[in-house]
Amino acid sequence: MVALSAPVTRRFPSRTYVTGAVVVAWIALWVVLNGRDTLPLGGAQLTPLHNRLGEAADAIDANRDSNPLFLYFVNYIRLFLDAAVTFVQALISQPSFGRPVPLVGWLGVTGVATAIAHLYGNRKVAVLTAAGFASFGLLGLWEESMDTLALTLTAVALSLAAGIPLGIWAGLSDRFNRIVTPVLDFMQTMPTFVYLAPLTLFFLIGPASATVATMIYAVPPAIRLTAHGIRQTPPATLEAADSLGATGGQSLRKVRLPLAKRTIVVGINQTIMAALSMATIAALIDAPGLGKTVLKALQTLDVGTAFNAGLAIVIMAIVLDRVTSAAGRRVETVHRAGRSDRSRLRRVETAVTAAVAVMLVYLSYTYVWAAEFPGGADLGSYVRRGADAASTWAQDTLVTYTNGLKNVVTYALLNPFEALLGRSPWWLVAVVAVALALLLAGVRAAITAAVGCALLVALGLWHDSMVTLATTLVATLLVMVLGVILGVWMGRSERADRVLRPVLDAGQTMPAFVYLVPILGLFGATRFTAIIAAVVFAAPVSVKLVAEGIRGVPHTAVEAATAGGASTWQLMSKVQLPMARAGITLAASQGLIYVLSMVVVGGLVGAGALGYDVVAGFSQHQLRGKGLAAGLAIVVLGIMLDRIMRAAAARAGSPPASR
Amino acid sequence: MAVTRNYGPRALALVAGAGLLLSGCGGAKVGETQAASDGKGGCGTVNLAINPWVGYEANAAVIAYVADKELGCTVVKKDLKEEVAWQGFGTGEVDAVVENWGHDDLKKKYIDEQKTAVSAGVTGNKGVIGWFVPPWMAEKYPDITDWKNLNKYADLFKTSESGGKGQMLDGDPSFVTNDEALVKNLDLNYKVVYAGSEAALITAFRQAEKQKTPLLGYFYDPQWFMSEVKLVKVDLPEYTEGCDADAEKVACDYPVYDLDKIVSKRFADSGSPAYQLVKNFTWTNDDQNLVAKYISEDKMSAEDAAAKWVKDNPDKVKAWLPQG
Repeated sequence: MVALSAPVTRRFPSRTYVTGAVVVAWIALWVVLNGRDTLPLGGAQLTPLHNRLGEAADAIDANRDSNPLFLYFVNYIRLFLDAAVTFVQALISQPSFGRPVPLVGWLGVTGVATAIAHLYGNRKVAVLTAAGFASFGLLGLWEESMDTLALTLTAVALSLAAGIPLGIWAGLSDRFNRIVTPVLDFMQTMPTFVYLAPLTLFFLIGPASATVATMIYAVPPAIRLTAHGIRQTPPATLEAADSLGATGGQSLRKVRLPLAKRTIVVGINQTIMAALSMATIAALIDAPGLGKTVLKALQTLDVGTAFNAGLAIVIMAIVLDRVTSAAGRRVETVHRAGRSDRSRLRRVETAVTAAVAVMLVYLSYTYVWAAEFPGGADLGSYVRRGADAASTWAQDTLVTYTNGLKNVVTYALLNPFEALLGRSPWWLVAVVAVALALLLAGVRAAITAAVGCALLVALGLWHDSMVTLATTLVATLLVMVLGVILGVWMGRSERADRVLRPVLDAGQTMPAFVYLVPILGLFGATRFTAIIAAVVFAAPVSVKLVAEGIRGVPHTAVEAATAGGASTWQLMSKVQLPMARAGITLAASQGLIYVLSMVVVGGLVGAGALGYDVVAGFSQHQLRGKGLAAGLAIVVLGIMLDRIMRAAAARAGSPPASR
Repeated sequence: MAVTRNYGPRALALVAGAGLLLSGCGGAKVGETQAASDGKGGCGTVNLAINPWVGYEANAAVIAYVADKELGCTVVKKDLKEEVAWQGFGTGEVDAVVENWGHDDLKKKYIDEQKTAVSAGVTGNKGVIGWFVPPWMAEKYPDITDWKNLNKYADLFKTSESGGKGQMLDGDPSFVTNDEALVKNLDLNYKVVYAGSEAALITAFRQAEKQKTPLLGYFYDPQWFMSEVKLVKVDLPEYTEGCDADAEKVACDYPVYDLDKIVSKRFADSGSPAYQLVKNFTWTNDDQNLVAKYISEDKMSAEDAAAKWVKDNPDKVKAWLPQG
């Protein structure tokens, strides 16, 4: 910590001054050195590293049948996973056991889901669940929805079975936590496209590969949040347990786990959402379900059909989210209120609910009308036509305005930014990055920046990384503008919250493939289209986090300011926003990570650079090594930016006295 | 508490009663009307890869329909991109790819080196790849279809992505492209911009024709979009045998591809009648475009589209069936 010795009052202005000087020096040098040492690499060009990575994949392919690791390990995992998914499919989605329909029909599935929502959540989410499941049938997508649900549930169950124990371990052991954290970062930021094709080498084409792909993305939140929950146990409580002579196992079971229960439920919620967000991408390797419908529709630019299936995914996500959130809240109330759950009333309620559910399952097992969703009320065709019409209207009438907007942002913001990052010599950018990290975030962040830049150069994709970085930063900026405006609004008004929340949920869970065609029609195949796609996906998270932060501002502070005669504007700018600073920084860093996770989608709509490299690696055999390298570069960018931002936030946020 | 104690049994009885009532007037039972559907023999299961474009799906739909109806095969369709589909030859999970565009690298690896795949002849479709402009441009600027005039019009094609030069839009990276080399070797004042997907490319052309905005892009035929908007090809220097041998020095148009079929070695050796069908299958670009149109514009399911075409073309289908 370099600046520590300076007196607190003088340190701030001087740091700002030095930061400004670094930026000015950068721009001055850029003018002189423009275009030198930018390390560009053409679309089909490869470096020796890329070739070696490609050869490694070939070697796996060639040795698959003789390698004992495959014969005795991977193959058994594959068989197990295939059997697990096929079993759940036989239960709810696919004709099975010699029957023309699955074991449990629509009425049974809806009944069981509603019963679970009622027992673990509350009446409101039970109604929501019943309506949600009925809508799958009404949209004409019952079987596809159940396939998606089967795959999601299997992947979630396995993720939790692996994730919760690992999370407990990480919660108890600092050492394991340190080892596992970067691995989890890696799993969450590595684009799925990179490992999708290699996965089919290990687990073949089919449910097993899809499950593994989903798990890679869905396990991390389960582990992280379980560990977080375990760590949160107040030390005083633990000491009390110790002094009563509890063994390690006892204090885990009786003290830590019960206290961590609510956080673990949040982890389960996040795991489900992550698993569901893989539905479309997993369909690229023949995973069954709604994702297939979306991808098929994209081939003929059939926006209506894609939207219909996307809507079913959004509904499923909202139902699962609300039910698990309600269950989480219930866990907390039960915990606070003691063991009220054991009351007789509750037992009766449970018995009745279960009996109804069993009844419905029996009916749907036996009778055709309860097994296959009755046709007729074909809501799907209205949805399809409506979405088609809306998309065509938007593309035809709005295009003049949207084109102008695209040009303004591109020429005024994106192009200069990309020129500065992409056309400076690589060593200049690296020096600037290290200097800024040192000034704003400290020595450790500076080391991270240095290592990150070195890795990007070593991966042979420096120039593409800088182009992607420019797009990412512009997108994050837009995300934060939206995040602060909508988040403040939402945080201050319950009504705004009720209106916005479903829209935000839809933005977060609607597969990007659904709205690619309309936004392509509006903005063309450009980097700006990629930015829009990223903003749609990332802004909801930031909005929600900012709103949380605003709500977290103590009432007393707000009341004091109001009593002191502050106007609404003053209240916002002088009290609520500054006090919600921690929430806003979190919103920025999460927004950035979400934007980065859309880099590959950006590659599909004209962003070029790393996103395109990854897509090309997935599609072309000779480029697969380069695709892998591009995936790694995205991971490096993600981890580097995340670490620097967090360190900077911690430094700016904590009061000077504590240092 | 006394009150609640009585709720339980009563409610249970109510539920059970309601359930019995429902099952009483229940309706058709599962399995009652199900006919025995497994009387198929001799063919077994065929795993068809479905690569993600409509023309491919048209081929696969017709082959699957004939294999199912005429030969009694069980056809399993797997939605896969080319690269993954070819991997499937080795793992035994894919039996046939029924429209292949070139892919010499995959042929080298899986046919020559791994020997897990073999060629099953051409489909009869001719694949044309090249540079295209929307029809309104060809009408307004008739000489634009000659590459020599492209530099004259470069200003028209400027976009926010092309850095002051004309934009040449490329699509899905699965497709063979020499465009960067072409721009360089033909001294064109253009920059290749990668749209990254077929959806992006088609949307761009559709908007260009509708809004009358200029666009130059990579495209190919047969493709369903051609029947919606007939794009006009820009003539590059003519293709001659071997002019594309060195990827860095290409300065000629793309060759016309004879699209072909690839099957797994195992499938070819199995003696399955389905293999004979795949091997014998040939049809024209018009045939494929028709089935593709059924699927993409008339929104028919692949099966219905195939059924319709097969019904209208019994002679062609007959020629594909195995002898005897």
